[in-house]
This record gives sequence, structure tokens and C-alpha cells, in this order.
Amino acid sequence: MIAQMSALLKRDLRLALRHGGESLMPLIFLFAVIILVPLGVGPGPNLLASIAPGMVWVAALLASLLALEQLFRPDLEDGTLEQWWVGATSPMALVVTRLFSHWLITGVPVIVFAPLAAEMLYLPDRALGTLMLTLLIGTPILSLVGGLASALTLGTNRGSVLLSILVFPMVVPVLIFSTGGITAAAEGFSARAHLGLLAALLILAVTLVPLATTAALRLNIE
Amino acid sequence: MIFHRLKVGFHRLGSPPTFHKLCRVLSPWLWAGFLLCAAIGLYYALYVVPPDYQQGDSYRILFIHVPAAWQAMASYVIMAILAAIALIWRIRTVEIMTMAAAPVGAAFTALCLATGSLWGKPMWGTWWAWDARLTSMLVLLFIYLGIMGLYAAFEDRRKGARVACILVLVGLVNIPLIHFSVEWWTTLHQGATIRLLGESRMHPSMLPPLIWMTIGVKLMFGAAMLDRARNDLLEQDRRKNWIRQLIGESA
Amino acid sequence: MRTLLETRQATFSRAGEPVFEPVDLSLAGGQALVVRGTNGSGKTTLLRLLAGILRASAGTVERHAPVAFLGHLAAVKGDLSCRENLDFRRRFHATASGLSNSRALARVGLAGLGLRPARALSAGQKRRLGLACLLVAPAAIWLLDEPYASLDDDGCALVDALLIEQLGRDGSVVLSTHQRQPELKAAPNTLLVRHHVQGAG
Repeated sequence: MIAQMSALLKRDLRLALRHGGESLMPLIFLFAVIILVPLGVGPGPNLLASIAPGMVWVAALLASLLALEQLFRPDLEDGTLEQWWVGATSPMALVVTRLFSHWLITGVPVIVFAPLAAEMLYLPDRALGTLMLTLLIGTPILSLVGGLASALTLGTNRGSVLLSILVFPMVVPVLIFSTGGITAAAEGFSARAHLGLLAALLILAVTLVPLATTAALRLNIE
Repeated sequence: MIFHRLKVGFHRLGSPPTFHKLCRVLSPWLWAGFLLCAAIGLYYALYVVPPDYQQGDSYRILFIHVPAAWQAMASYVIMAILAAIALIWRIRTVEIMTMAAAPVGAAFTALCLATGSLWGKPMWGTWWAWDARLTSMLVLLFIYLGIMGLYAAFEDRRKGARVACILVLVGLVNIPLIHFSVEWWTTLHQGATIRLLGESRMHPSMLPPLIWMTIGVKLMFGAAMLDRARNDLLEQDRRKNWIRQLIGESA
Repeated sequence: MRTLLETRQATFSRAGEPVFEPVDLSLAGGQALVVRGTNGSGKTTLLRLLAGILRASAGTVERHAPVAFLGHLAAVKGDLSCRENLDFRRRFHATASGLSNSRALARVGLAGLGLRPARALSAGQKRRLGLACLLVAPAAIWLLDEPYASLDDDGCALVDALLIEQLGRDGSVVLSTHQRQPELKAAPNTLLVRHHVQGAG
């Protein structure tokens, strides 16, 4: 099973690299938001610092949303998705692999460049660690719930609008705990409670989402 | 044993003609019950209960707002139970019923938001406040809309219903999380939350209309859901034999 | 002879109606089965059911050996080269017992095209690449949906030759076809799929 999962992961990453431009989209998106918002609200350091947690997180959220439409659809259209149910491997393991590669492609670049974004928005240095931790714990949740929404809408032909409506309620708690934690850290308080709750959400998502996603994919290829 | 009986019961319900008959028989009674309860409840609410010493008459909207809010949440629970039954035992009429519950629940959620907003204007001086309850109601409305949209987006209605049932169950896990996180968020951002009902004890005379309205609203939910389910079933099965027989009987 | 694939009264329902009349079949190593039926009778659905992509809504399907499924879509990634596609297939089925890339490509008449992206192949060549996938990751049961579609005469003869080899290895084959009858050593059994008439249930 590990062999199949790593084969799928390698192929997904190779395909992502081959579409170099598309894989850069999350980053371009992150910086588009980070640059456009100060232009809109003004360059005042205090204002920017206070909205920085929300900004970075909304950008991460939208960046992850970008690639969701294409998460399973190409595989459905070229027939590779149905092969997941033919082999001896559990389809759920392959679903987890695919969600992991989505996180590597959309989540990790945002995490890597988040310190730069935080600096541009004057986020206090003491909150940087918390920002990184919330992204590290929170972006996998985005990939998980996004993948679920993508699987649910796979059989429809107007996936993208529906996709955002389905994702939005699911990410409300992630957004609240993450930005709350960063704000608390910026004000000099402990963000442990926020991070703990965020970690609990991740555990819950890791347990339930692959099940529901696999069930939804199965219904959609039938 | 109990599970077995439940299963047999649901399978009997699963036959479209039986289900259709049940809906047709039950729905007028539920509507009648709703009208009766609502009439009594509104009479109490508008004529019997004294005006509030602070809010005057405007608080009377509570008798619609609160039952609607309760029903918005209760509808979701009912829908989730139906979705679980539909997915586990693969019963088509239950899938249809689950999907029929969503728009009714969404309507109550919208009603709750609208009355809350109308009430908020004289109370808080604004149509909208980022109050924990209103915010989670708004998110709940989007969850309902997502379920309805997903169901409608499929050409194969059966498949759409089953996929949407999965979403209903996902939402069941999600809603308490949203509620909790939003509560947390408002307490962090505003200190104490402004509450519509306040901490003050309710005047005892307010209880009867509230109870009548709540029962009425529940009956109305049942009636509207059954009617919607029946229409959906008739539309989906319009080329099937049992409908031809049905039309033959009544003609 | 060991039974590899067996169904009992198996059917699949779509929108609450069975797609085809229940199917009983039993297939041993070295046996081939040709699925016939009119357009829309449910041949593809039956093959997907046998492959495990669909779950039987009534009856049972038992597979006693690894399965390979070649559907209408060749299940190859257009952005990867032929070689990369074959490599993936081999790793995905975690097997090393199949042919090497170059031998598999040569066998299906794609010699020298290993580095070409699959998207640049013609429809017939894509089908051939799909056949090559069967060769790099061998499975005892082949389920082929319209394997002759969009292939030239030479390609159809190739399919027949591959089928004969597969049966010679004691593998079994189920294929659907509506044009050409496969030319094998012994005439294969035929299964007629009948479309379920609506409104009966």
C-alpha cells in the first residue's frame, strides 16, 4: 500500500511541477492579497498589524480554494480515478495521498513565504511563531475539508460556485482559532488554547474527512 | 431487535406508493394543527401578554423569532437523522424526505435571521450585529443552501440526494464546532455579548404563546416537508407504473 | 481449473432502476467471455461492476485474483510521457513481473515513442498505450471494454494476439464488443446483456 501511495504522490508532484505556472498560483495569490490590501486600506503600520493575521489566513484560504476544482476532476476525465477502485489498495489511502499532495502544493508554499508576508504587514515579531504554528496545523485542515467539498461536487457541472459555498462553513472554526491565536500572541498573551483547539480540529478532520471523501468520490464515479 | 423493526418499518415506508399515501393522508392534519396552534399562539402573543416595560410591543416578534430559531436547528437534527437512515439502509423515499427537509429548514433559518434583524434595529440601533447567535445562524443558512445547491446540481437525482446526504452528516459534525468557535470569537472581541432575551427571567405569561407557537411551527415543518417530499417523488416517478395506476384510481 | 471470477444474480441500479437483467457468470483461468448487447444495454456498466468500480446493488461479484480494467478511457495522464505512464502503472500495481517499458511499447507497436507525451498520441495510439499498461502490470483477470474501438486492422490483430497470450498464461478475459468477434484458438463464450425494462418493478 505504501508503494502505491508513494507512486501516486510522485506522479501528482511531477504533474504539478510540469504545470509550473499553475503551481505558483497559490503564492501569486497570497502576494496579490498582501499587496492589494495595503493599497486599499492605507499603509498605516498599526492598522496593517491589526489586520495581518486575518489577511494572511484569508489569503491562505483562497490559495487553497484555487486548486480544488482540479483536485479530482482531471482524474475523473482521463479514467485514472476509477482505477483507484480496481487495484488491491484501499481507495481511502489514495484519497489521503491526494489530499497530502494538495497540501504540499498549496499549503507549504504559503507557509514558507508567510514570514515575508507577515513582515510586509508589520505583524509583531513575537506573533510570528504563532502564525507559523497556526499555518502548520491549519492548512492541512483546509486541504482536507477542501478535498471533501471537491469530491462532493465532482459529479456536478457547476462545481466551482458550489465548492466555495460548501467550503466556507467548514473553515469558519479554523479561521477563528487561527487568527484569534495570532492576535492573542501579538498582544502578548498565550495562544496555547487556540493552538490546542486547532490541533483538535485537525485530528477530527484527519479522522473523518477521508471516510466522507472516499464515500463521495465513490458515489460520483458510479 | 428494535433496529430490525425500525428497518422493516422504514422499508415499508420505502415503497413509493405507500409513502405517497402516507404523505397525502398526514399532511392536511399537520397543516390544520399548525393553523390551530398558530391562531391560539398569536392570540396569546398579541392580545394576552402585557407589553414589556423596556421594549414596549416590539419584543412580541420574539414569538416568531424564537420558535423559528429552534426549528432551524431542530430541522437540521431531523434532516441528519433521516440522512443517516437513508445512507445506511439506502431507502430512496427517505433520501427524498431528507432533501425535502433542507429548504424548509433554510426557510426557518432565514425567518430567524430576518426577524432577528428587524428586532435588532429598535434594540441595538442596527440591522445587523456580529452576535454569536446571529452569526452562527447565518453560517447555518449557508450550510442549508450548500445542501440544496448540491442536490440541485446533479442530473441523476438519486445520486445527488446520496451525495447531499453525506454533506448533511458532515454538517452535523461541523455545526457544533461553528457554534462553539463563533461564541468564543464574539466573547474575545466584544467582552459581554448583547443578548436579545437578556438575562432577566421571562414573565410567566410569555410561556403559553411560546409553547403554542413552537408546537405550531413543528407541525408546519412536518407538513411542508411531507408536501415537498411528495411533490419531488411524483416528479421523479412521473413515468412509473404506480403513478399511472394512481391517476387511474382517482380518475 | 480454478474459478477466477464469479457473479450470482448481480446487477447494478441507477436512479433506483436496475441497468441490466441480473447476470450469472463464472470464469476460470484460460477462459474468455465476450459480452454482447445493443448500445445502452449496460455492457460498460457490467464491466465496471466486475472490476469493482461499481458495487452490486443486488447479487454478488467475487474476484479471486488481481484485476486489470481497460475502459473507454485509457487511464493515462496526457502530460506524462508514455514511459512515465507505464512506470506509474508498474509502481501502482506494485509488481515487477511485467514487461519492461521498451518491450511493452514495442509489443503494442509504439516502439520509439516512449518519450512522447501521451497527449500527443492519436486515439488509436492511446488505446495501444492502454494495452501496454496491461503488459507492464500483469493481472490474472483482464476486463476490457471495447478493446477494438478506434484500432486499425493491425491493432485488432494485436488485441487478439494479446488475448491468446493472456489465456495461455491461464489468465481470463472478459471483453465487450459490438463490432468484431475476437479470433481466438477456441471460440469464447458469449454473454448477452439485456437492458432492464423500466417500470417492471
